[in-house]
Amino acid sequence: MDTAFIIETMIKIVVLLTIFSALAGLGTYFERKVLAFMQRRLGPMHVGPFGLLQVAADGIKLFTKEDIIPQNVVKPIFKIAPVITAATAFIAAAAIPFWPEFTVFGYTVHPIVADINIGILFILGVMAVGLYGPLLGGMASANKFSLISAARSAAVFISYEVISGLSLLAPLMLVGSLSLIDINNYQSGGIGNWIIWTQPVAFILFWIAAFAETGRTPFHLIANDHEIIDGFGTEYSGMRWGLFFIGEYANMFFISFVIAIVFLGGFGDGTIAGAIQLLLKVSFFFFFFLWTRAAWPDVRPDQLMWLCWKVLMPIAVLNVVVTGVVILVQGGL
Amino acid sequence: MHVEPLQDRNVSELSAYYYVDIPDYPETGWDKFKQVMKRTFKGELFVGLWVVLREMIKFDIHTVKYPLEKLPIGPRYRAVHKLLRLWESGFERCIGCGLCEKICISDCIRMDTRIDENSRKEVTEYSINLGRCIFCGYCAEVCPELAIVHGERYENGSEQRAHFVIKDDMLTPLDWLTSGQQQEYPGFGAITPNESVKSTPLAY
Repeated sequence: MDTAFIIETMIKIVVLLTIFSALAGLGTYFERKVLAFMQRRLGPMHVGPFGLLQVAADGIKLFTKEDIIPQNVVKPIFKIAPVITAATAFIAAAAIPFWPEFTVFGYTVHPIVADINIGILFILGVMAVGLYGPLLGGMASANKFSLISAARSAAVFISYEVISGLSLLAPLMLVGSLSLIDINNYQSGGIGNWIIWTQPVAFILFWIAAFAETGRTPFHLIANDHEIIDGFGTEYSGMRWGLFFIGEYANMFFISFVIAIVFLGGFGDGTIAGAIQLLLKVSFFFFFFLWTRAAWPDVRPDQLMWLCWKVLMPIAVLNVVVTGVVILVQGGL
Repeated sequence: MHVEPLQDRNVSELSAYYYVDIPDYPETGWDKFKQVMKRTFKGELFVGLWVVLREMIKFDIHTVKYPLEKLPIGPRYRAVHKLLRLWESGFERCIGCGLCEKICISDCIRMDTRIDENSRKEVTEYSINLGRCIFCGYCAEVCPELAIVHGERYENGSEQRAHFVIKDDMLTPLDWLTSGQQQEYPGFGAITPNESVKSTPLAY
């Protein structure tokens, strides 16, 4: 392993962390603005032009707030739980290609931290570990609302993981590789080659599972404000709570990238136009997360489990079987 | 719609009340399946999405940016009290009858009077304890001279509530009166300030 590779990887990691930490902050701004406009309000207006510096104000508040560890909590687990959520969100990003490769001063840069050949499996696995944050934080908090939230996060966890895994299986059978770059190159021929046309069911299923994965509104039952205060975040304050927040919003961005790359062609043939298209697709999926929050009600935990186990999982299995048969028939001909 | 059909609370053809049509819960598995399919493909979720997106595009924002914009308040709004002056002479309208002190249900008005050198009754002290005042408006209603009225000053930010209720604060300043800034409140016995308002001679 040569030094240049190590330096390049370190730079990539720093850039990725910086950009997506800032984007997570900006994500809260966009969420508040979009929700406000949809509810005929103005949203943050007073800090900076159009309230843009509200993000900075919130950040300063979170950083300088006292770090309260309540009595009776399991201290080591309570302290580590937010770190799990934030860290796993960013670790998962290591296998996501954010931009096609480009050349700077004759040096080809691959804007992906690690192009591992099991990319999508790594992403799903690490994002799944992220659910340990709410689970452990909720169980360690010595608070009944946090405990309910932890139980719900376990229920959500075992429900959606099956769907996201099975729904991705069918596209992966088509592509024949787990690397996101291979998946992207499989669709590089243009809009007609996108996997969404051959796997629309898998696309819908994975999209639904993404809502459960990030805990966004139809499946926001882990931290439902009107039922269980802030769920696992009830006892947290200051930057520990902020880490949960950064993890949640970074996860929203990363899962949007995954959907856009796996089903909607990613950055296409690797030109700048394709890269900008990728960003537009990601923006749409991020906007959709906010959009549904303004429009849709939340489901109960038992409804989520009913939906995942009794409806979506059979559909996902059927989709895999049908895809396998079609591949077999086409290969045989 | 008239009130009469609503007063009969029994559901009948004559009354305005009717039973909401709630279909029976599905019993068999096939019926449940049909209900799920109907709800899934009816597209109700997209109706919700369209409604919020339409509001976002219309951008019909209803926010009032409060310290910069203020909603108009009604003319009968009951905020911090004011003591008014006579237009023609600049004397205080209050004749010290003490009706407001008497009627105040939270017992927060206190006044002291004396007979001054013109043999008029002069109010030396007049204070309202705004910590007790419930802004019921009885004092303004009972006042025979339209002397104590409710103003429109509802932003009462101060170090002490008492700062609003000294007599000098409530009384219209003389230069306001001469520049015509004293507001009158429409209602029984209200006067319209014009040139027909003349000073009452003290002695005939």
